[in-house]
Amino acid sequence: MIKEDTLRKVLYIDLSKKKFWIEDRLELFSQFIGGTGVAIKLLHENCPDNIDPFSPENPIIFAIGPLNGLFPIASKTVAMFKSPHTGNLGESHAGGRSAIAIRMAGYGAIVIKGKSERPCYLAIHGDKIYFRDATTLWGLDEGVSSGSLIRKQETGAGLRTIMRIGPAGEKMITYACVTLETYRHFGRLGLGAVFGSKNLKAVVISGKRDLKVTDFKTYKEIYGELLSQLAQSDKMKKYHELGTPANIMPLSFSKGIPIKNLLTNELIGIENISGESFAEKHLGRRVACSHCPVACIHLAALRKPYEDEPYFYRTVYLSYDYELIYALGTMLGITSSEGVLKLIETVEDMGLDAISTGVTLAWLTEAFEKGIIKEKMTEGLIPQWGNVESYIELIKKIIYGESELFKDIGKGIEYVSSKYGGKDFALTYGKNEMPGYHTGYGAHIGYLFGTRHSHLDGAGYAIDKEAMIKSFNEKEIAEKLINEELWRQIISSLVICFFGREIYTPEMVLKCLKLAGYELDEDRLNEIGKEIYVNKYRFKIRCGFDLDNLQLPKRIFEINSGTGILDQEFAQKIINKLKEKIKSLL
Amino acid sequence: MPVFVKDSNKCVGCLICMFACGRAHLAVGLESSCIKVRSQGGISRGFSVFVCRGCEDPPCARACPEDALIVRKGGGVLLKEDRCTGCGSCVKACILDAIGWNNSKNKPVICIQCGECAKSCHYKVLEHKRL
Ligand code: SF4
Ligand code: SF4
Ligand code: SF4
Repeated sequence: MIKEDTLRKVLYIDLSKKKFWIEDRLELFSQFIGGTGVAIKLLHENCPDNIDPFSPENPIIFAIGPLNGLFPIASKTVAMFKSPHTGNLGESHAGGRSAIAIRMAGYGAIVIKGKSERPCYLAIHGDKIYFRDATTLWGLDEGVSSGSLIRKQETGAGLRTIMRIGPAGEKMITYACVTLETYRHFGRLGLGAVFGSKNLKAVVISGKRDLKVTDFKTYKEIYGELLSQLAQSDKMKKYHELGTPANIMPLSFSKGIPIKNLLTNELIGIENISGESFAEKHLGRRVACSHCPVACIHLAALRKPYEDEPYFYRTVYLSYDYELIYALGTMLGITSSEGVLKLIETVEDMGLDAISTGVTLAWLTEAFEKGIIKEKMTEGLIPQWGNVESYIELIKKIIYGESELFKDIGKGIEYVSSKYGGKDFALTYGKNEMPGYHTGYGAHIGYLFGTRHSHLDGAGYAIDKEAMIKSFNEKEIAEKLINEELWRQIISSLVICFFGREIYTPEMVLKCLKLAGYELDEDRLNEIGKEIYVNKYRFKIRCGFDLDNLQLPKRIFEINSGTGILDQEFAQKIINKLKEKIKSLL
Repeated sequence: MPVFVKDSNKCVGCLICMFACGRAHLAVGLESSCIKVRSQGGISRGFSVFVCRGCEDPPCARACPEDALIVRKGGGVLLKEDRCTGCGSCVKACILDAIGWNNSKNKPVICIQCGECAKSCHYKVLEHKRL
């Protein structure tokens, strides 16, 4: 990397002692590039063995990479921590203004440790770091947003990021999220709860600086090339126009979208919650992350009448995408776009991960139908497919409920189904709730073995899509999954948004890295990808994760997927191949 | 030949124009950028873009006590950096907020009317007017 690049600086913050210091980590960024590669090393260094994820010792790590601030669509920040939801690797990516703000503030990574005595928030303005009191922001009701209060207090408007938690994070629900810039999230695996455990309400980061490249003329050329490729790409157009909800209808036709906890393939009226319907009825604005021209963030305007006054309305803006329509729509049998938006609003107000929340409610509904969960356990509420109002109340109960069940449900499906029963239809993978693709072997096995149990690890749904026209054997599926995940370690070390991965080919990545002062070749790049992956698996294993103790949910074999009924034996063959492959890497 | 904000409603807040402006000032990043994009009090309300309109009788130039800003033919100003003391009078004089500030140099960043910002905006928010 370029020696003068501030990327090499790691900011450490100790919330217990209200102290901060900066360490120069040139070697770390030279060897592991940045983003996920650096974050996992920092996690190994800073997270002691066998700690409770809610102990003050659990570090929160944010890391960016050399391409942030240099090239378009390099717009993401990687967050790492020990996950309170799975007990092992917590990793989540988000954009908004965060990556550029951290870059402009002059850091490559930020490590937050300890626990504040009282609720606090951190303000990081370049090299000035402030520990601010947040006692007045703690426990705020819906309606008053801590984000807008912080916005008024702090400088750096326009370029800053404001990351904050809601009631779910404060109450340490293990799938609480961290919200950035109102509409973006570190959604999965419970970063919000780790914030809450540290009495950390929010983090504001801002700054402004110029960066260096090795050759300005070539830099301008390559920048121009990337920009025009982004402008011309049909894929980017799709992300911009309807966004990911464009997939609702195609996946509904192919039976790849999960409906009602995978009890059925049929959802009458699903067209009312398609990407097209959302755009026509609600789309109010599209916005972008800093330094990304694609603008895939779709904001729906929802007009809500006041109940106590006639002809009096308020308009709320809510971001929606495929995963949300799945988790808070099809999964719950909801077919009105207004209904989905109301649930999104509640989930946003509470600060929960939308996917885990929706899938948990779906499990609860089926468990209720089957008599495993009874009315006296749900404080009289009745979970029922399609019943928006009851789901709104149930979401609030996850946080504020008094009954034993509600306290348990805040720990996720794995926990409640182990305690109350209903494991056969518990859609979890390594303790994480299922993403929105029942497309085939690739998707399901990808969730199970991905280092963060996410659909974005190995993008199995893309393999399944290919498998609709071409058949693969177990070896091919296993290899495709792992090769994709290995390459994605590089993309998320740079840190480029996965939506831009088609444009950032290995060749392009090498060119860009060269301008950032990295002299690498494709072989070395692949080596680094492998090392990062291995470091992640090693962290999981350090936390007690057992590769041989993973199981696919029974339910997925009972209902047609995007590629037909799945065969348990064949799935097992892929799993064996994949395990073999992973073990050979470790 | 100044840049006009044609329709800020279309702005997605991507900041691509700000980075383009940095490159126009031979830099990488946001420190040497004069165009500004800000949300109108929360992202859901949309964005405003602040860019030099190339005044014919520029108040920024008149406000400069060191004569460091020279009125350009066709509108706008040119910065004579060696004369500038970094007093910031020009910034205050431009009520459009179209002058940037380079903190590390302690000097203003002045629009050079190049149109690079308009050229890189994917959403036709800006237009480089050729008068
Ligand atoms: S015209 Fe050139 S100098 Fe002026 S704001 Fe646009 S990019 Fe910057
Ligand atoms: S900087 Fe402001 S005052 Fe000066 S020419 Fe541009 S718009 Fe006019
Ligand atoms: S490039 Fe265009 S859309 Fe992006 S911030 Fe600038 S004016 Fe807005």
